Amino acid sequence: MFEGLDIGIQTAFTPFNVLMVMTGCFAGTFVGMLPGLGPATAVALMVPVTYSLDPAAALILMAGVYYGAAFGGSTSSILINAPGDSSSAVTTFDGYPLARQGRAGKALAIAAWASFSGGMLSAGALLFAAPLLSIVALSFQSPDYFVLMLMGLTAVSALSGPGQVLRSYAMAILGMMLATIGTDGISGVPRLTFGQLELIDGLSFLLIAMATYALAEVLLVVLQNKAPPENAVHTTHLRDLVLERNEIREIAPAIGRHSLLGFFIGVLPGAGATLASFLSYAVEKKFAGAGARPPFGHGNLRGVAAPESANNAASTGAFVPLLTLGIPGSGTTAIMLGALIAHGLQPGPRLYVDHPEVFWSVIVSMFLGNLMLLVINLPMTPWLARLLRVPQPVLMPVVMMFCLLGVYLVSFDAMDILVMIIIAVAAVALRWLQFPLAPLLLGFVLGGYLEDNLQRTLILYDGGWQFLWERPASLVMAVATLVFVGWSLLRRNQATGL
Amino acid sequence: MLERLLVTLVVWVFCAPAAHASASPEELHFLIPGGAGGGWDTTARAAGAALLSAGLVAQVSYENRSGAGGAKGFAYMLDRRARSEAVLMVSSTPILVRTLRPEFQQNWRQLTPVGAVIGDFGALMVRADAPWPNLEELIKALQCNPRSIKFAGGSNRGDLDHLILAAAFEAFGLSPRDARYVPYGAGGAATLALLSGETPAMAATIGDAMGPIQDSAIRVLAVASPERLQQLPDVPTFNELGFDFEFLNWRGFFAVPDLEQATLHEWTSLLEALSRAPAWQQEMQRHGWIPVTHRGPEFAAYLDRQEIQIRRLLKALEAPR
Repeated sequence: MFEGLDIGIQTAFTPFNVLMVMTGCFAGTFVGMLPGLGPATAVALMVPVTYSLDPAAALILMAGVYYGAAFGGSTSSILINAPGDSSSAVTTFDGYPLARQGRAGKALAIAAWASFSGGMLSAGALLFAAPLLSIVALSFQSPDYFVLMLMGLTAVSALSGPGQVLRSYAMAILGMMLATIGTDGISGVPRLTFGQLELIDGLSFLLIAMATYALAEVLLVVLQNKAPPENAVHTTHLRDLVLERNEIREIAPAIGRHSLLGFFIGVLPGAGATLASFLSYAVEKKFAGAGARPPFGHGNLRGVAAPESANNAASTGAFVPLLTLGIPGSGTTAIMLGALIAHGLQPGPRLYVDHPEVFWSVIVSMFLGNLMLLVINLPMTPWLARLLRVPQPVLMPVVMMFCLLGVYLVSFDAMDILVMIIIAVAAVALRWLQFPLAPLLLGFVLGGYLEDNLQRTLILYDGGWQFLWERPASLVMAVATLVFVGWSLLRRNQATGL
Repeated sequence: MLERLLVTLVVWVFCAPAAHASASPEELHFLIPGGAGGGWDTTARAAGAALLSAGLVAQVSYENRSGAGGAKGFAYMLDRRARSEAVLMVSSTPILVRTLRPEFQQNWRQLTPVGAVIGDFGALMVRADAPWPNLEELIKALQCNPRSIKFAGGSNRGDLDHLILAAAFEAFGLSPRDARYVPYGAGGAATLALLSGETPAMAATIGDAMGPIQDSAIRVLAVASPERLQQLPDVPTFNELGFDFEFLNWRGFFAVPDLEQATLHEWTSLLEALSRAPAWQQEMQRHGWIPVTHRGPEFAAYLDRQEIQIRRLLKALEAPR
């Protein structure tokens, strides 16, 4: 391994490759900040550029764009409640309230530090254990994914405020129902598409997140004629960028936990950074307990730190199946795989034997890249936070335009704008009726995976449910799910005195 | 003299715009019905780059219209009918499957088939440590109980990989209805399922699992190509083992509806020139693509034949057991 590390350092630190890291990080941050455009688009745009590079430089560049986008995605989540990419949707839960309290600079700084730590810790894990971790990716099968998603659903209770548990579950079910629109992943039969070509692929998560959060927020501001809180205007000072000792003490353990959790979820092909951010948020809220001040959802610093460290760690973890098995875990890594194959490289168990310089240099470049991202992002935060000084009558239409444009530029489909507006109006109504929207997003994220994996499992087990106790991983997670649900029911009953 | 001048003038006036309207290979626009970085995208961009560097076209542009498995790009192509002839849409075998599915109401005959340039062949694969050393043993096991072996595949039921399995079952003299097919969302996911031991076998195109095949983690029992593949010289074809079937997932190009004969001829000769261009040879080498040559009317005839094969297989899959 140290031999490999040596090759990696030598390759990654050539001036040209350092330039590639820098280019990738800049491009990634920029694309990540734009609402709607995510890492997949950014990496795809880079592919033609990489053809003129050697394979190591190409992968370093694409990787930089990929984790750079995950890094930059939090900015628009915090400032305007519009997630820059789907894995940053969770960051809106506490990041946006912080911004409204006039602490946008602090929220951005925490997101940057958390992303940085998540990226660094998971790059370390990749360095030491990548070949070993391919076993984890291989040991997870469809039944395990099903139970994992089931366990993820228990996060619903964590995403709800006091007295909202029933409403939360209702919203999660609504989210799962929305996820059934489109072609069924097993039979290939289109469902609930009403003969519309535009609905055959189903709704996109980003569209729903933008509609329920950013667009609905704009509509609410207009409808309620809400003036921004006085202190929101005087936003950020340079000292916000430096975390105070008590803040560090508060978020450091959260970052540690969720870097690890995010990394492991990233390693599983098909789970992804969005799920990682949701789970980490829910786990962190449970960890903090009811005594968290301020409560989660009202600008808790750990509510920003947990998902941001988890989604960056997950995007690094996604390199494990890509590099060691040659199998892409997500759309973005699939594009990278295609580009590597075009370079005549076949990622797989033999990659670090045949092309050690590619394998190790991309891992080494991640340390450099994360450091660079911190250097790029932190000094920018006061300037970005100033965006909020723009008067509401100007800012709100601009936010609205960015949301609509962001979704349109991904699909070039006017139907998406219509669907988005319908969902946003429905979201406003639901918010007035005190229904929480976070469980809807969670239900939507998990719904599709849950159903596909359950259907596949039932085909594999001829309709039987014995996988629940025959497969150790499934058994452990199923028991954990039951304990989790039982515990929260018990606590609820105690709390309400029933 | 005046007469000649007049004739020249008349010819010039009438022919110049006509010559301009017919797709001149000065400019070429690729419509890609899938996302950036996907198989269609890579094919179109590689072809475009090769055409440019070989000096066959002066200018190339690309447009991604992804959605509904290519149906959105198809619809867009129909809309463009009058506007431009210099548009080529990249497509592949699933366009035939969509033609046969009622919900799309799209038929490849609405467009003008220009030609197929590359392809990927169907195959049956097992993990390296599987109990079946060759195709014969697998068939023996299937003949004992056709439902005893589950096959992973990257496409939905009734789509490409399921059809490969159905074609194999049909050739073995078994009912395709008895094939146990487990669909995974994508070729990569199916390969992973095979590697992790979730399913013991897989029906897919070779390209889906090239990496593990070269690492000898996955063994190909037979490939549905007319001849042995250059990359896998040790793998027998179904034909040479006595099972008469081939299954090709071609990738090729379609032009706008009702293309004029002369223009079609121009496009097919362009593809012909492309296939000889060294830049294209290099691209194919780089991606490990297998060259396929179906052009113009011959391509349309090939599509007719493949459509008959697919229709028969779909029917067999739906038939009561």
